[in-house]
Amino acid sequence: MKRVVFGHSWLPYAFLLPQMAIIVVFFYWPAAEAVRSSFYLEDPFGFGSTFVGLENYTTALTGNEYQRVARFTAWFTVIVTFLSLALALLLAVKADHVLRGASTYKTLLMWVYAVAPPVAGILGILFFDQHIGPLVDLAAFFGWDMKVGVNYNDTAIAMITVSVWKQVPVNFIFFLSGLQSIPRSVREAALIDCQSATRRFFTVTFPLLAPTGFFLLIINITYALFDTFGVVDIMTKNEPANNPVTLVYKVYLDGFRGNDLGGSSAQSVILMVLVLALTVFQFRLIERRVHYT
Amino acid sequence: MAPVNISRVSKDYASGARAVSDVSLDIADGEFIVLVGPSGCGKSTLLRMVAGLETITEGTVAIGDRIVNDVDPANRDIAMVFQNYALYPHMTVKRNMAYGLTNRKMAKSEIDRRVAEASAILRLDDYLDRKPRQLSGGQRQRVAMGRAIVREPACFLFDEPLSNLDAKLRVDMRGEIKQLQRRLGTTSIYVTHDQMEAMTLADRLVVLNLGRIEQVGTPLDVFRNPASLFVASFIGSPEMNLFDAEGDGNGALRVGAMTIAHGHDRPVSGKVKIGIRPHHLMPAENGSAHGELAVTHVEELGTERLIHGTLEGQRCTLAVAAGYPAAERMGVSLNSAELHLFDGSTGRRL
Amino acid sequence: MTVAETRSDIVAAAPAVRHQRRISWGAVGDHAILIIGSLIMIVPVVLAFLTSTHDVVTIHREGLQFLPGGEFAKTYGNVLFRSGGFTGEVNGVTMTVNSLILGIGFAVGKIVVSMMAAYAIVYFRFPFGTFAFWMIFTTLLLPLEVRILPSYEIVQSLGLTNTYTGLIVPLIASATGTFFFRQFFKSVPDELVEAARIDGAGPVKFFIDILLPLSQTMIAAMFIIMFVYGWNQYLWPTLITTDEGYFTLVRGIKQILQVWIGSNIPEYGEAMALAILAMLPPVVIVVVFQSWFVKGLTESDK
Repeated sequence: MKRVVFGHSWLPYAFLLPQMAIIVVFFYWPAAEAVRSSFYLEDPFGFGSTFVGLENYTTALTGNEYQRVARFTAWFTVIVTFLSLALALLLAVKADHVLRGASTYKTLLMWVYAVAPPVAGILGILFFDQHIGPLVDLAAFFGWDMKVGVNYNDTAIAMITVSVWKQVPVNFIFFLSGLQSIPRSVREAALIDCQSATRRFFTVTFPLLAPTGFFLLIINITYALFDTFGVVDIMTKNEPANNPVTLVYKVYLDGFRGNDLGGSSAQSVILMVLVLALTVFQFRLIERRVHYT
Repeated sequence: MAPVNISRVSKDYASGARAVSDVSLDIADGEFIVLVGPSGCGKSTLLRMVAGLETITEGTVAIGDRIVNDVDPANRDIAMVFQNYALYPHMTVKRNMAYGLTNRKMAKSEIDRRVAEASAILRLDDYLDRKPRQLSGGQRQRVAMGRAIVREPACFLFDEPLSNLDAKLRVDMRGEIKQLQRRLGTTSIYVTHDQMEAMTLADRLVVLNLGRIEQVGTPLDVFRNPASLFVASFIGSPEMNLFDAEGDGNGALRVGAMTIAHGHDRPVSGKVKIGIRPHHLMPAENGSAHGELAVTHVEELGTERLIHGTLEGQRCTLAVAAGYPAAERMGVSLNSAELHLFDGSTGRRL
Repeated sequence: MTVAETRSDIVAAAPAVRHQRRISWGAVGDHAILIIGSLIMIVPVVLAFLTSTHDVVTIHREGLQFLPGGEFAKTYGNVLFRSGGFTGEVNGVTMTVNSLILGIGFAVGKIVVSMMAAYAIVYFRFPFGTFAFWMIFTTLLLPLEVRILPSYEIVQSLGLTNTYTGLIVPLIASATGTFFFRQFFKSVPDELVEAARIDGAGPVKFFIDILLPLSQTMIAAMFIIMFVYGWNQYLWPTLITTDEGYFTLVRGIKQILQVWIGSNIPEYGEAMALAILAMLPPVVIVVVFQSWFVKGLTESDK
């Protein structure tokens, strides 16, 4: 680290001030608030709040509803992450491999990144619509009477489909970039050393993609847990009652619709801990990450 | 171990550029062939066509008695050493070397034996469990060679393997490669842009320019009898002196005001170019001198001295012994036995 | 004198063998997969667009349309210009304007704030410097959704609901931009700073005259990514703007949901039209500036 630096005066502080001010007011303060209010129960008449210790946490964690939502969130995350990564990897490998039209495919496959989750959600509603949705018709063709918005599992499948559709482009971009950063000569050496393309992929390409893969894993889990809020909100059409929702959505529901500030905060904190664990895990991994070049 | 036959091979790129033009070359079993030429001359492209890393637009390549145009690189029985080593970063040295053999379903005992043998020859025994990033450039290059050796292929292909090493290491490795090849007796095709490397390594040299072969021959042959202006100026360091001259058709050549007799068996007239190496110019007294050199600067090499200047207005370099005094103007004479004559327009040897 | 030993000198009796390129079935399979993938990405949007150009009754009767209909002008005209909502003031155009304000405001704000912070962190050594770095770093750990409720309350208590400030500024509170620029600044050669010093440039001058121009491509990449991110914001605008005059296009999607709930024949056409409008600018930008965008994404990897 032979970094050349300027001596300090008031200047660095001035430069740092806007960012620090914003994150103190809009990050640390809310975060602290969330933690604080998770230990209180708000009086329904608005007269104040009582300290209840960990009661909000236990209520949340032992609640049937919470557990149901947690279970769905877990499944949802696993399936969306796996499908988004696998499909994107397949497409990236093919796009990397193909000689002609590579840049056209790249454009066609990556643009969906720019579509907002709720917009994807509303497209999903169209495609899964009871009357005119082609995917519903397709399912009916196989004897499956899809009732998205009414049937729990059908809605779940619709949400998963839309979420995966939206996420594949991001993974595609990163995988493709990762593939193209594998030195050409290493790949040529593999061409000479190994006749089977499949074997080449699993013994040389895949291991060298591992850093990108791990990074994407975390990104995808975060996406499935949080960024799918828009998808869930739109596709449940404001009727969360019997529909699958994710944990983060429940935080919103309980906090803004149910006015359960304490409970919602407790749930937030639980999620915070989860994310913390994930990120720590990711950075540990990156530290131990092999630097290949 | 097998001969390699390249027959009328050309390579066109989709953009229309022609990288290699109608090249034919017969390489004998066990021969060390060096492809040499400036950047962009097509030498690497040619090598890669033999390897199967580039498609062949026209012509055929045969390894042994098999035409391999449509054969995958992994099935051509070749091994390649890349310029930037191309070691698998996530595998240990040992696994890097064993990888190609493992894929060919070789018995483990045989793999171990070969790896141990190569490792001994290349002095890699202490590094077998390390990853490439823990090795120096020279060590990595040896691992790359080890990977090629264990394959015991019909042909070795080297793509400028020493270019990324520092000067001293390059000289050391050069010798190692030469000895290795002698010992193993495997047919080898070696690409380099460094004419010195080419001269010291090759059994036969192939000089390429703009996708075509300029000359094929033993190093000494190419050095002594360059077939064209290009070869003459490319091979040999310091570079050969080239003068514009005019033949009078009577056995004499005129360079400016200077007249030289040439030993050519046929009369020479019209515009020609004369080539003569700096070591074949001698300082001379006014009486026996052919002309006068106006000295511009002197390069001290330790073993000898290079005196640069102009002779009859054209650039000229003269090599003299280390202590030889240089004056502002010096008489020089040319050893006419060592004159090379080239056609003024085609550049080909007369 | 040696005769060149190449056969290229010899006049050929037979023409050189022309190497035929066979069709590789592997390549056909590759293209098939890619084409299917591309279709899956495109077809939904194209169909939605085509459907939006038909009138509602047709859609309800026949389902999704594969050909353009005649209602393009009417439907899109309605979405863009017909005022709706409770106040009768909001229409597609106002929503577009708000989306633009959000997107551009957010992108510019983020870039300015994070460039300055990154500059301070990378090029200065000062007390609390490391502390500041870790404070900023920690913000990567918690996405907005997790602290949504208190964030809302705080913004409300500051009186910033239904304002552009309240809409944009809280979104800037995360470290992504700062880390991006930090990484970039670290890759700038030290020699430049030293040369600038010798030339008499102090820190501010160095920043403005040398670092900023060097960062142009990075800034462009960041702008594109942040603009798209800002434009596509959903949860935060939903909470913060209850006043329809501040609705963004993406926020408007939630309103359009009403057409599905409780209608006999939902206004499919207009819903789709709004969706198309909401996705159009970001998609166009991402496609047109594709290389910058990809570069920005993959370089903020970490």
